[in-house]
Amino acid sequence: MNTLHWKLGLALGLLILSVWLLYPTVEWYTKPADERSKLEAIKMRPKKLLNLGLDLRGGTHMLLELDVEKLDKKTDLADALARAIEIIRNRIDQYGVGETPISRQGERWISVDLPGISNTEEAEDLIGRTALLEFRLVNTSPEAENALTRVAELNESPFAKDGALNPEIAKLMPKGARLFRASSDEDGARTKYYVLESTVSITGAYLENARVQTDNQFGTPNIAFTFNKEGGKIFESFTGNNVGKYLAIVLDDVVHSAPVIKSRIGGGSGVIEGSFTIEEARNLAIVLRAGALPAPVRIIEKRVVGPDLGEDSIKKGLTASVVGFLAVVLFMMVYYKAGGLVANIALGMNFVLLIAAMSYFSATLTLPGIAGMILSLAMAIDANVLILERMREELALSKPIQLIIPTAYDKAWSAILDSNVTTWIAAIFLFQFGSGPVKGFAVTLTIGLLCGMFTSVFITRAIYEFWLTSNPKELSV
Amino acid sequence: MMILIGKTNINFIAKRHIFFAVSGLALAVGIVSVAVKGANLGLDFTGGTLLQVKFDKPITISEVRRAVKAAGIEAGIQTFIGRNAFALKVKGRQENVNEIADKLLQSLKSNIQGNTFSEERRDYVGPVVGRDLSKKALFAIILSLFGIIIYVAFRFSNPVWGAAGVIALLHDVFVTFGAMSITNREVDLVVVAALLTIAGYSINDTIVIFDRMRENIRKFPKMLLGELINVSVNETLSRTLITNMSVLGIVLILFIFGGDVINNFAFAMLVGSIAGTYSTIAISTPLVYQWERRRK
Repeated sequence: MNTLHWKLGLALGLLILSVWLLYPTVEWYTKPADERSKLEAIKMRPKKLLNLGLDLRGGTHMLLELDVEKLDKKTDLADALARAIEIIRNRIDQYGVGETPISRQGERWISVDLPGISNTEEAEDLIGRTALLEFRLVNTSPEAENALTRVAELNESPFAKDGALNPEIAKLMPKGARLFRASSDEDGARTKYYVLESTVSITGAYLENARVQTDNQFGTPNIAFTFNKEGGKIFESFTGNNVGKYLAIVLDDVVHSAPVIKSRIGGGSGVIEGSFTIEEARNLAIVLRAGALPAPVRIIEKRVVGPDLGEDSIKKGLTASVVGFLAVVLFMMVYYKAGGLVANIALGMNFVLLIAAMSYFSATLTLPGIAGMILSLAMAIDANVLILERMREELALSKPIQLIIPTAYDKAWSAILDSNVTTWIAAIFLFQFGSGPVKGFAVTLTIGLLCGMFTSVFITRAIYEFWLTSNPKELSV
Repeated sequence: MMILIGKTNINFIAKRHIFFAVSGLALAVGIVSVAVKGANLGLDFTGGTLLQVKFDKPITISEVRRAVKAAGIEAGIQTFIGRNAFALKVKGRQENVNEIADKLLQSLKSNIQGNTFSEERRDYVGPVVGRDLSKKALFAIILSLFGIIIYVAFRFSNPVWGAAGVIALLHDVFVTFGAMSITNREVDLVVVAALLTIAGYSINDTIVIFDRMRENIRKFPKMLLGELINVSVNETLSRTLITNMSVLGIVLILFIFGGDVINNFAFAMLVGSIAGTYSTIAISTPLVYQWERRRK
């Protein structure tokens, strides 16, 4: 085997590998849309697939900010963020959405992409809820009664917008107690308030399970929960020591119920009552099972693209791109003849390699990503033109064909290398420091540049060298 | 052999002052436009809410405008011709995710009778996000420009070349930005991607000519710089035209047939690729001449 065989073998091998890598992507996107969504729901979506960004397929993107100030002082920020991501992922998994990329962005941001979902209210509730479950004893001292009477006399909420308690009420509060709002039973009814102990008796961290059940008497849904072994023990001894007192069940700083402790509660289970709809109860059970976020999160960015719009934009853009590249391919054939044909083979292979590599890395294609692709393809065209023009120059010096090919490649190489590396430097910085769309641009650009350089230099040269073995007399470029 | 242009012998360097004047004029027009009208920055940078709805039956923009006014919200309205779709944009600081969008929806529902609509798109960008995005993108771009200058200085053993290439690149980006402002087109993240593409394309184009200059310096060490540049630009002229016309063709087709969503992107690419071709011949190499001559 000589070097030429080796080169051709490598080219052919790569082509076969790319087709193999491409196969799942092609198979996936040729399936009808509803079959795809069905498969996604049961997690049967192939892993190594070229993903379409939300701008191209429709869906919801959300950026959440972790409220660092409400974070426990001892917790490390990075840990807390990682935990929050884990919990949000758990919740979404249980909710039953397909592939949902969730990632850290910056120091305290979490990016969540929900493909295909454009009705987001439920999802927002599911993701944005802190789900901190606490059990606190109700403070029944006369001071507490006094404070509650005063709260009732106010014509507005005792809490300011930023959550601070009205200073007048704050003065009346007994020591070691906090004011809490009760969940409102019906619209228009006056909100009730509770004075609860500051110390938390037991938290949802000990929860083992939570599920929806229907009340036997009224048929309303509520949530039954079970503690794990350790939690069960704490709960049992705690209720045993506090028989006759009221125990408030507080979820995200809202009191859901405050039943009296009739006796020691063994077995470690209980019920959260409230006027939930079935969906609310179902989502609540999910968030309780998944656990509480280390601190509240806030949605700071949200982008919803309806499925039709995404499809529309991809169809038109894709058609236009295909037409554009066909025009270039045609031009190359007419202008450079056989040389143009070789260049077109390289461009076609470049495209196949690029998409195959993106499928292998499960990259996500967005509009800015397509921009990166266009740039890399433009540079691949340029590399081919550079080589072909050099060939013409050498041809004009009436050198033998055996000499023209290597000389043209040698001379064109430095220009191709330098222009690609320069662009690649820019791509690296954009990848490292850019965010979101800028990053998407950099990824496709980098992969595209590598594929482009390989196909327009290595592949075309292998083709020419193979052709040279037939001892041709004329070079048609 | 099909030949687009034959051997040329154009004295580009002698015309450099005309080139500089043309570029200066283009930049000035852009700067005046940005200064007077301001850049039309998208939600990505200003923060705010966008709500795009599509009506089932034809409806006039004034009906939509009335409904938006009834909500007591100051919104920019963009129509999509032939689709009955309208994008309502409310820029500025908004702390709550769904507040504005829900208000708009409510008002459209109650003020427009006998026509139903569906929500096509909804964007909310909080105040912090916009600032962060622009800061990061700018930081990345500045760093990559320095990276380019250093690499070019190293490969062509001359820092002036790299600087000239970067100035040509900035020229193209600014001209495009100015054109966006003149035509009242919005600059959003997708347009930023187009600007990045233009930057990459411009430097690529310039490097190819620098490469030929490097080769010719070795070949003809005695040749004067002005002549050397002219020879190099002329030698590579057919390549410059063929590559750029191919790219221009693709971008033009995208601009005409690519649809509404990528129209701003395609427009930026169109202006940028024309500027990029021009600046390679008219800015970067004449700048090298201008600076090098003064040094010698």
